[in-house]
Amino acid sequence: MDKLTLGGKEFESRFILGSGKYSLKLIEAAVKDAGAEIITLAVRRANTKEKENILDFIPKNVTLLPNTSGARTADEAVRIARLSRELGCGDFVKIEIMRDSKYLLPDNQETVKATEILAKEGFVVLPYMYPDLNVARDLVNAGAAAVMPLGSPIGSNKGLATKEFIQILIDEIDLPIIVDAGVGKPSQACEAMEMGAAAVMANTALATAGDLPLMAKAFRLAIEAGRNAYLAGLGRVLTRGASASDPLTGFLRD
Amino acid sequence: MENQFFVDSEHLSKEALDKKHQLEKDPSCRTNPMEYMPGMEKIKSDVCDKVMNEVKSFDYTKYTAKDVRAALEHDKCSVEDFKALLSPAAEPFLEEMARKARLETSKHFGNTVYIFTPLYIANYCENYCVYCGFNRYNHINRMKLTLEQIEREMKVIAESGMEEILILTGESRAQSDVKYIGEACRLARKYFRMVGLEIYPVNTEDYRYLRECGADYVTVFQETYDIEKYEKLHLAGHKRVWPYRFDAQERALMAGMRGVAFSALLGLSDFRKDALASAMHVYYLQRKYPHAEMSLSCPRLRPIINNDKINPLDVHEKQLCQILCAYRIFLPFVGITVSSRESAEFRNGIVKIAATKVSAGVSTGIGDHESKYEGKDAADKTGDEQFEIEDGRSLKKMYGDIVGEGLQPVLNDYLYV
Repeated sequence: MDKLTLGGKEFESRFILGSGKYSLKLIEAAVKDAGAEIITLAVRRANTKEKENILDFIPKNVTLLPNTSGARTADEAVRIARLSRELGCGDFVKIEIMRDSKYLLPDNQETVKATEILAKEGFVVLPYMYPDLNVARDLVNAGAAAVMPLGSPIGSNKGLATKEFIQILIDEIDLPIIVDAGVGKPSQACEAMEMGAAAVMANTALATAGDLPLMAKAFRLAIEAGRNAYLAGLGRVLTRGASASDPLTGFLRD
Repeated sequence: MENQFFVDSEHLSKEALDKKHQLEKDPSCRTNPMEYMPGMEKIKSDVCDKVMNEVKSFDYTKYTAKDVRAALEHDKCSVEDFKALLSPAAEPFLEEMARKARLETSKHFGNTVYIFTPLYIANYCENYCVYCGFNRYNHINRMKLTLEQIEREMKVIAESGMEEILILTGESRAQSDVKYIGEACRLARKYFRMVGLEIYPVNTEDYRYLRECGADYVTVFQETYDIEKYEKLHLAGHKRVWPYRFDAQERALMAGMRGVAFSALLGLSDFRKDALASAMHVYYLQRKYPHAEMSLSCPRLRPIINNDKINPLDVHEKQLCQILCAYRIFLPFVGITVSSRESAEFRNGIVKIAATKVSAGVSTGIGDHESKYEGKDAADKTGDEQFEIEDGRSLKKMYGDIVGEGLQPVLNDYLYV
């Protein structure tokens, strides 16, 4: 598989793993079986005292992608990102700004603001957003390292409910498009990758699986399959029936 | 059957006893529970009307197994579906409800369970709430911790590894004023990552002050949404004013608190209606303040000092479980707290289905953490407890038990921003 480049760093894996919804002891196995090189974590979870800090359970060779969950405004997200850096979580940050506790839908406007501030401070900014082309362009201009549109609401496992709009982002935006949230099954991850997504992120889908490490592996394989299919160039897919064998334009003489 | 709440203490003066009996027997000497007392802020809000209209029209006897099945099949739980799940018709479907609830919990919270502990800093109270151990006529050891004592208690609790604390007082504005509570919050921020408050309801400006002091989450139990019953249970004191209490969460949110918690005390009145009202209270406030974090508790009546007969009547563990499953299915995004009023077995079971937060290392008394946590004899006197707890597990034991259930205990998921 070709490499994914984010913030000047190269990654073999295109599977970004969440960490917040399952047992700390399973993180290592999940990382291994997912073949993941990037793992997200909530700064608010990492900001804990000595007893079982989530940071202690994350293998040292993976890149941390701290998120700003809990932030309701750009200002709060910026402060959380700075704290994350102080905690030694590195320069990557996933912006999550929610003003809605029910669906946890991202606030696009505030996300653009936070992206601009943090990119200027040297962060590698990966903003979680609702797939809107104009906002995606603003994020590019604000200095984002990738754009992370949601497939469907967080935790819903409903897959690519926003498929058409994610496709538009993939077609029009020159940054990596990473599908985040709502990806519930490996087949959905595969579908996103076939469309040309640069990577897929999942958390709930693994946390709610019967066998977490096995599901991590299933996602890895699905993402690889999808990426290879995209690189190979998908063949013709008929929407219905068969194609006419006699060409309609066969009567044209010159 | 009803609970027998009235207990006379031999320590009361004749004057006090006469007043107590009058309050108990003569409704005409009691104040109007819908009338605000001087100093109580009145906000403009339509939430109360909306909630109470739902409760008024709720006839849980009309729901059938068919309604319950439909509710369980729906992808999204409507208010009607929720009502069906709370009805007696849903009782035979408890296992199905639990399965659906577990799925919703895991989608929103994964397998995490949050742990916190309450810290009572004073038990003086001006109210006469007949079921509560702190009520002004109950003969108990009264106490208010000094700031030094509060800090010592906090140190002991923090050393056990706890990172989230809930500060509680009895409801006495005279003994435990807002400034005193604010100072306790400032101390708590030194030792804990998250500070919640469960105190008497206050005005918006006081909530704003307490937020500046470091509190970020406000819990107020409405006890019962049945106003007629409320009047008979809360006979005197500012708590008697029902609507002021109802709007407490909204005032807290207006003051910038990050989250609020709600509850009815199950066993006081018709528990199905109270469960509906609590959830609708959350539902309508969430629509008005979509950014706010919300959580529900589900306490049942417990015995108190000087009255060991108090019990939750018809709210057995099965009914409690039904309510919690219905809450989870209807409001999948809210936190659900199950306190040490319930047994270890019940709590171990319910965290796998619907609950997301449990308390540990609990004392509902005043100033006794050092003796309880470290086995030291209490150097000072201590204050008596609000109610008897059922689950006395320490943080360490609770942590281990949660891990043993295949779940992940979380001590902090919070950041002040």
